[in-house]
Amino acid sequence: MEFTDILISLIKIIVMFVVVLVTVAELVYTERKISAWIQNRIGPNRVGWKGLLQPYADVIKLLLKEDIVPTAANKFIHTLAPVISIGVAFSTLAVVPIAGETISMFGREVQMVIADVNIGILYILALTSMGVYGLTLSGWSSNNKYSLLGGLRSSAQMISYELSMGLSVIGVVMVTGSLQLTDVVTHQAGWMWNMVLQPVGFITFVVAAFAETNRTPFDLPEAEPELVGGYHTEYSSFKFALFFLAEYANMITASAVITTLYLGGWQVPYLELLQLPSGIVVALQILAFVVKVAFMLFVFQWVRWTVPRFRYDQLMDLGWKVMLPIALANVIATGIVILLIS
Amino acid sequence: MIESYIPIFLIIGVAAIFGVVSVNMSWLLGPQRPYREKQSTYESGVDPVSTAHYRFSVKYYMVALSFIIFDIEVVFMYPWAVRFRELGWPGFVVMLVFVVVLAVGFIYELKKGALRWD
Repeated sequence: MEFTDILISLIKIIVMFVVVLVTVAELVYTERKISAWIQNRIGPNRVGWKGLLQPYADVIKLLLKEDIVPTAANKFIHTLAPVISIGVAFSTLAVVPIAGETISMFGREVQMVIADVNIGILYILALTSMGVYGLTLSGWSSNNKYSLLGGLRSSAQMISYELSMGLSVIGVVMVTGSLQLTDVVTHQAGWMWNMVLQPVGFITFVVAAFAETNRTPFDLPEAEPELVGGYHTEYSSFKFALFFLAEYANMITASAVITTLYLGGWQVPYLELLQLPSGIVVALQILAFVVKVAFMLFVFQWVRWTVPRFRYDQLMDLGWKVMLPIALANVIATGIVILLIS
Repeated sequence: MIESYIPIFLIIGVAAIFGVVSVNMSWLLGPQRPYREKQSTYESGVDPVSTAHYRFSVKYYMVALSFIIFDIEVVFMYPWAVRFRELGWPGFVVMLVFVVVLAVGFIYELKKGALRWD
């Protein structure tokens, strides 16, 4: 690993950070606009053109507010928790490939993925488990009853749905025969997307992804009417903003992972028949990836304003008594089908 | 091979720096006017009753224990899934036996009501 390689990696990382941060800001805007349309309101339309600068105004406002740490709280862990949340949300994107072709930079062929490791899927699952720590520690360290309940609920919910998530992905691994995400995408050439090959796994994975990102109908950790805000009750100023940033960054990560695993990643069907120059191919592949991720993000927001929140016992029953058996049966059925075909 | 992991350490480093910097940003930019009431624990406007580190429902422990058992099962299945085609029917039957043993335990756990929330 020479200095140039490290420099290229750093450039890719910083580009990804900027893209994710801008996307998060605009996601907050689209979320408010979509909810407004669904509820027959207008939504933000004052700051900037059609209200597009509203999220930036919110961020500046949050930055300039007083950072209140309760005297009863464990100060170190109270500060550490948002850092864990945001770090995990960003780091997961490292293994997601956004285009298949390479581009030239500093005289090298650069892959359009930050780290093309051969255990990409395991890396994603490992970091998803780390995400639980951010919420649990924030709930525990606040020394507030609402926060503790929110933290407990979120940890129980996230570990329950992590099982169905992991089991759903096993179907994809069996079809592909590799844990490397570039292999997973290459395997889905044409219309052979894993969504078609693994319809049950796709549904269980998407439901589990909703639960992992704490989005409605699974947003019990922050259920406003009963828990005042759940795990982030005692957070103010930019630490509070970091939890929101992490939630939206997690949505982007989840959409990118769903796209990569099930919607063919950067694959554009029959693009190779056109014999285009590689520069245009890269652009089209990135465009396809962005369109698919944007569609999944829209689904996340659409569901939020359509479906009501679960009750806690319904949530746990769904996770353990419905999702887990279905995901397990999917693995066994996939195994039988693959063995019968080959 | 180990070289492909260097970008991962880089991104975790950059994410950590971003987190630490932004946590301290509001401390630098925001006002600092603390007083006792502002810094007390929020409990719907009344003085907090006792500390929040009390004992909570045993069901959360049951969920955590079940999670550990099944998560180990899931991680155990990954190497098998990667080499699935090479292992063929014998590998499939071996994993089926393992899954059935776990499923029997899971059904027993459900019938005992360990995961019943009411």
